[in-house]
Order: sequence, then structure tokens, then C-alpha cells
Amino acid sequence: MSMVRVIARLDIKGPSLVKGIRLEGLRVLGDPEAFARHYYEAGADELIYQDAVASLYGRNSLCEIISRTSREVFIPLTVGGGLRSLEDIRAVLAAGADKVAINTAAISDPGLIREASRRFGSSTIVVAIEAGRQPDGSWLAFTDNGREHTGVDALQWAAQAEQLGAGEILATSIDREGTGEGFDLELCRKMTAAVRIPVIAHGGPGKTQHVVDVVQQCHVSAVAVSSLLHYEAIRSIQTSANGTTEGNREFLHSGRSVSHVQPCTMQQLKHSLLQAGATCRMEHTP
Amino acid sequence: MTQARVLIVDYGLGNLFSIRHACRHCGIDAEITSSPDSLLQATGIILPGVGAFGHAMDTLRSRGLLTPLLTAVHAGTPLLGICLGMQLLLDASEEFGLHEGLGLIPGIVRKLPELRPDGSVRRIPAVGWNRISLNPQRSQPDLNSGLPDGTWMYFVHSFAATPEQAGDVLTLTDYEGIRYCSAIRRGHVTGVQFHPERSAHHGLAFLKHWATGLSSTHLPHQQ
Repeated sequence: MSMVRVIARLDIKGPSLVKGIRLEGLRVLGDPEAFARHYYEAGADELIYQDAVASLYGRNSLCEIISRTSREVFIPLTVGGGLRSLEDIRAVLAAGADKVAINTAAISDPGLIREASRRFGSSTIVVAIEAGRQPDGSWLAFTDNGREHTGVDALQWAAQAEQLGAGEILATSIDREGTGEGFDLELCRKMTAAVRIPVIAHGGPGKTQHVVDVVQQCHVSAVAVSSLLHYEAIRSIQTSANGTTEGNREFLHSGRSVSHVQPCTMQQLKHSLLQAGATCRMEHTP
Repeated sequence: MTQARVLIVDYGLGNLFSIRHACRHCGIDAEITSSPDSLLQATGIILPGVGAFGHAMDTLRSRGLLTPLLTAVHAGTPLLGICLGMQLLLDASEEFGLHEGLGLIPGIVRKLPELRPDGSVRRIPAVGWNRISLNPQRSQPDLNSGLPDGTWMYFVHSFAATPEQAGDVLTLTDYEGIRYCSAIRRGHVTGVQFHPERSAHHGLAFLKHWATGLSSTHLPHQQ
């Protein structure tokens, strides 16, 4: 088993960190920058900021959050959501992102991957694929947080994205995302077989064993994790109200815990991976 | 605050902002510059870089930065190359044909082999955290390089430097069955394949160590 990266994925809506189930029903969890700092100190290998609504409304309000984050968090930051052009990508990189994740715009114009990888370097361009399982056992690529059907086969699209110059594939299982039911292992296995570039598995883990499973069985290079970590981190992060009432804050105010995941710390997650024989960066023993 | 004035070369490639943020976070007075003349005033120069080797050299040349960069380094200004910036320090690279580099450290840059000895695929680019180990063959093991043995650093690359002289190799890194040179040093010229600005606390400590050495070892030749 080769080295695996554990990436904390933060879905952001306006000024807030949010989390949904199957990319919908977003609830507010707090201040994304506070979570980013927390994960950096806890030993996260990378961060992903995903603007949860940008594609829908053409909104791109992340730059200020990126800029502040990159001044105090010194691990790689990938930013996705609503990036439609070389200029959009340039602006996000200039704000302090290290890589960009593109989905909707790349499917409408695959040439964007080629142009962007030439201009900014392949390693800067992550192609995000939202894969939805079909009754015939195939996966189709979706856009706009799983809402828009493209008719494109997800695995063929991954291979094409690699040919066009993508540096990594972020493979999201729409069916599992936020459910806590575990990764779509078959999707992840087929995705890593379809391309030679690194594949980041995303969507589904509800306990540490789910992460161990995808690493052991699917040759993924990284896992992007949110619920599993967020619902543990939220206990130790002073969530500021952010001065906004935007979004569904019911969860924050209710003080409820979640039942669909068994939350864990970054250290616990990495410890489980090490115990299972995987290699990952671990600076301290828990 | 370190008084050294570090200039980060802006030639349109690489994440300059991350490097400047990281430098400032460690108290290094770092500025981004695209001005050829300013390089001659620097106490230390950081050469970043992401993308293709040939394009990077062409851009340095077309922006008039190549000659002042070499002039400053030949006059003794410490240089730190990061990622592609490290690869540029060598004589040449095999990326998209053979391209001439800065020639500050003898050797060439080669693609990481895509196949393992057993025929299976090695994932390229190599993206992620990996350990560095000090080169045992170095005549004076650089225990004071700011790079503790076994430290985790963040890498993103498809090519790696192969210096001619083992003594120029500062650290080595293993990636899926191959061992490559992950940092080089010859005199005041240093290169790191990893991204110290994105390698958390150890990366920041290395940058700080490099910058702290500047004020004590080198005085700018034009005051």
C-alpha cells in the first residue's frame, strides 16, 4: 500500500461551513476558517474548500476566505465550486489556493482542462467528478452538486480528463455522500483502474473502518473526509455566529449529536490507517 | 524579525503568495519581485516554480531575469529553488525534449519512472507527504541544514533532479520503490523538491533556518 493523504473537506456556503447528505439539505456547522485552523493543527495533510452553491448561482465569494486561510494554514489548499474560466482559476490561485477543482465547467468545455493545465501546471488542476450509480451498474457524471445529469460515463470522463492534463481526480459518490454508509468501493476501485493519476476518494465514510476499507481495497491516493471529522471537531471549536443568520442553523442551536456517523479526530483516523498497515504522515502519536 | 531582504522571483509561475505568506509568518522580510535590477539588491533569492521546465527557462529569459539572477548568485547571493525552481538549478531537463537549465549544480532532471520493476503502475505525478533522509554519502553531513532526518514534507512533481556529484545531494526520498534526490546544496545554492511553504511546521522551520543563515553568512554586495 502506498502513501495515503487524509484531506479535510470543507463545504462552504456564503460565510459558513455546511454539511448535507447527498450534497443536499445543507446545515450550518460554523466558521470554515476555525475548522481549517483546527485541522491544520490536528495534522490534516491537505484541505479542500468547496463552494457549495457557486455553480448554481454563478457566485464566487470564496476569495476572501481563501486569502485569510492561506496566511495561517501551511498545508495545500484545493478550492472548487463555480470556477468557469482561466480567469476564475487565476483569481483563486492568486488569493492563495494551491490547486483548483473543476467540474461543471470542465464537462461543458473539456478544453478548459487542457488550457488550465498548460497555464498553471497539471498538478494544480484537480478534476472533480460527481458520480451517480445507475441501475445498469455504471456511473454517470453529474454537475451542480449532483443535480444536473450529463449523460457522460464517469469512468470514461476520468480517463479523458487525465488525457487532457488533469493532475488528480476527486471522485465523489453522490449516492453515498454524507450518508455515513461507507465509500462506494466499486466506484473507487474502477476509478483508480481507469487512470494513472492520483484519485481522491470522497463520499460516504461514517466510521474509521470505512476509510481503512477504501485505502486497503481501492488503491486510492487520498481520502477527502468531512462529516466524520466535522462532527467531532465541532465539539472543540468555538463556533462564532459569524454575524450572519444565513442558512439552516437549526443543528447548531439544537446541540444535537448525529446518529449516521461515529465521529473521530484526525489523529484517531490516521492511527486506524497506520494500524491497518497503511502509510500516512503522522507527526505525533495520539 | 530577520533583517535579511529576501526576494521571491515572480516570472509568472508558481505559488508566490503561499511562499510570501509562509515567509512572513516566520518573520522573514520577503517581497515578490519581477524587476531584474532588484535581484542584485537581495540578501537572498527564492526561485519558485510550477509547470514545465523549458517554459520556465524561456520566461526567465524573456523577462530579463536570467542574467541578473545568475549575476547575483555568482556574486554570492544565496539562492533557494523550490520544486521546479530546484530543478532549474541543474544543467538541463528531459521534460518535453532537452532544455538547458541555470547550470549552477551539475546534473540533469529526469522523469520519475512510470513503471515499477514488477510492471505495475507508479502514480505520477507524485503528490503527497513523504519523508526526507539526510544523504549518507555527503562528505560533510549537513546536520545543520534545517532539515532534520526523517521529516515529513509535501511534494508535487513528475520529474526529479539527478545531480552528477553525490556530494551535492542534501536529502533523499523514497517513492514507490525508487529513491530520488529531494534536496540539493552546493555552497550557497540550495534546492528543495518539496514545498516548504506547504509542509506545515517543519517546512516553515526550514524556511526560517535558511533565512536566518542569510544575515550571518552573506552581506549584499551592493549596499
